[in-house]
Amino acid sequence: MKKIEAIIKPFKLTEVKEGLSRLGVQGMTVNEVKGFGRQRGHKEVYRGAEYQVDFVSKVRIEVVMEAGLVQEAVKVIQEAARTGQIGDGKIFVIPVDEVIRIRTGETGKAAI
Amino acid sequence: MSTGDTAFLLMSAALVMFMTPGLALFYGGMVRKKNVLGTIMQSFIVIALISIEWILWGYSMAFGPDKFGIIGGLEWFGLRGVGLEPHPVYAPTVPHQVFMIYQCMFAVITPALITGAFAERMKFGPFLLFSLLWATFVYNPLAHWIWGDGGWLGRMGTLDFAGGVAVHLSSGVAALVAAVMLGKRRGYGTEEMRPHNLPMTLLGAGILWFGWFGFNAGSALSAGRLAGVAFVATHIAGSAGALTWIAIEWKLHGKATTLGAASGAVAGLAMVTPAAGFVGPLSAALIGVMAGAVCYLGILAKNKFHYDDSLDVVGIHGVGGVFGLLAAGLFASKLVNPNGADGLFFGNPSQLAIQGLAIFVTIVYTFVITYILFKVVDKFFGLRVSENDELVGLDLNQHEETGYEF
Repeated sequence: MKKIEAIIKPFKLTEVKEGLSRLGVQGMTVNEVKGFGRQRGHKEVYRGAEYQVDFVSKVRIEVVMEAGLVQEAVKVIQEAARTGQIGDGKIFVIPVDEVIRIRTGETGKAAI
Repeated sequence: MSTGDTAFLLMSAALVMFMTPGLALFYGGMVRKKNVLGTIMQSFIVIALISIEWILWGYSMAFGPDKFGIIGGLEWFGLRGVGLEPHPVYAPTVPHQVFMIYQCMFAVITPALITGAFAERMKFGPFLLFSLLWATFVYNPLAHWIWGDGGWLGRMGTLDFAGGVAVHLSSGVAALVAAVMLGKRRGYGTEEMRPHNLPMTLLGAGILWFGWFGFNAGSALSAGRLAGVAFVATHIAGSAGALTWIAIEWKLHGKATTLGAASGAVAGLAMVTPAAGFVGPLSAALIGVMAGAVCYLGILAKNKFHYDDSLDVVGIHGVGGVFGLLAAGLFASKLVNPNGADGLFFGNPSQLAIQGLAIFVTIVYTFVITYILFKVVDKFFGLRVSENDELVGLDLNQHEETGYEF
């Protein structure tokens, strides 16, 4: 089993979610984050004072799936989240030791 | 006694009262999240504190029986002698207590204005004490000088319709003293200190604009022509101020900002305050334009002179107060208000000299007394929070609360 962690532009969330749903992915966790990579921040101005704001708002999606689905899922995410502009984000694939469903106690694939 | 005037003044009092929580939101949105409650609390609590001060000795000192033109006596302590029959001089068509409670709201908002200068770094207890002392020894005398029956600035012919001297200039000067004596916030100039909730600031600005109709039009103390004059002037100056400020921003930075629109409106509203009952709509528009320009420069002065007036009280209220009082000396017309005077542009240059003297005296008096009061409070209690408290934020260490728990 693997976890995919994708940092994407916030307005791409719906597209990515729908793409993964079509693939059969059953659930995901999402949160709002801030970050930067090579994308520069931006400038804000308040009463004549300029601020360079380094951190940019992004969304992080975490999905756990069977290893066999990962390659397709990565492709789906990349296609859905890509704009071609700097700051599109990154995808990380991380191994998962165990998955447990809290309600029933199921483990492994059955718990995904 | 007039039911119309009384109703109008009561409603105006409520409008002016509303400006103080409006100010709380205006300021609150501009500070960092960790200080939002501390900032709001300073304005909010001052409503309660100064209202009690007002009915005990504040009203008496400001409007009570005149002593040598400089202060009212304490004959009206606890509102003794302040009944429901109209006072012959103060709003003669309205119960005396109604006039008193209207004036109360002015006394309340003035110390709240100063809080913007020392935002994010003052201890709560000493803040309460300072505000009480300042209201007593600065606001009350100034109010007496300009509005008291027998007050020397009023007797001299100073034109100040609704609060250039006692409210805007005084708080602006006090803010300068405060900014210098409290010192800069930790990290000023290097740390990011952006407004954390501009929607709240804009809401506050809207409330201030709304309440300002009570502040200026209500100062006519009657529901008639003069209130109409002041209402129109107030609204037009605010509008012109907002447009001018964003025009400047657009030119200098390429974008108009919401904070700029709010600031410009407030600048216009503040600057027209001394002149509101003496000028026509076009003069008010010019005053608003002046305000947008001059107060914008006033903000830039902060960087030039290296003081941390966190929320620009000096730039907007101080500068607005000075130029507003001068504007009254320029644009006042007896065609608009026969009980006022003519200004420079209507053939009477001497009014400008009177305004200038009033400005000078207010600045000097406020500066000296405010300085002394800060020194005294600092000596006994300390003014500024500890370094760690400032870093953690006032909400937690001054009030043990968190503003947002999303």
